[in-house]
Amino acid sequence: MELLIFYAIAAFCIVLALLVITNKSPIGSAICLIAMMLGLAGIFILQRAHFIAILQILVYAGAIMVLFMFVIMLLNLKNDDKGWKLREKNTLLSVLTGVLLAGVLFKIVKITTQSVFSLPKTLSEDFGTVAAIGKALFTDFVLPFEVASILLLVAMVGALVLAKTKVN
Amino acid sequence: MITLTHYLVLSAILFIIGVLGVLLRRNAIVVFMSVEIMLNAVNISLIGFDNYLNHSDGQIFSFMVMCVAAAEASVGLAIIIAIFRNKPTINLDEFNLMKW
Repeated sequence: MELLIFYAIAAFCIVLALLVITNKSPIGSAICLIAMMLGLAGIFILQRAHFIAILQILVYAGAIMVLFMFVIMLLNLKNDDKGWKLREKNTLLSVLTGVLLAGVLFKIVKITTQSVFSLPKTLSEDFGTVAAIGKALFTDFVLPFEVASILLLVAMVGALVLAKTKVN
Repeated sequence: MITLTHYLVLSAILFIIGVLGVLLRRNAIVVFMSVEIMLNAVNISLIGFDNYLNHSDGQIFSFMVMCVAAAEASVGLAIIIAIFRNKPTINLDEFNLMKW
């Protein structure tokens, strides 16, 4: 049953991800991406990472995608008819990158299918809860947490400066 | 029974779709969305390994990935707006401000 739900959500996510990169209108891509993010929140719930699933909906599907929508509407973008077309300037480089990546991933799949990595039957009781994540965040990972806050501050100031000054 | 391999294969497929989007599309905003797809794919495998090893460090990492994604999206979209103001296009092949 769990496997069935996994396959359904995974197929949903893959189809929507394909729609994101094939859609002609940027708004259509953004809406497909929001739906994909919600599907991924379902995957995270299957993985029992409830806190990350909530963050996925709040931060990704909420904040980041609203930012994308805002910029698309601000720039008033038209559909690009040549959207799905090879970029002839660096086709060779693209093909090379794709082949290399496919090779690496093929190797990984080959290794991971040699034996069955079944997940543990019972996870620890507080796995993925807000309490467990918060405790880890404010004890073992307090320095990365503070660095992340500085990163967000710098990004905020940087976005303001970039959007205000004119490029020549 | 879902195994670790299921999560890794889903993550790999989504990552490849993201790479395809970055390499093949010319619309800068769609390229940004493809980068977001790649970051999400990485989150799936991080939490999959977390499930496999039964501890919660990977969830902290995916939290940090979300922070970086938020920072990247805001700065990237600001750059796109700044370039758009200078030259009204978001076609990546016509961005040549830093060309030597």
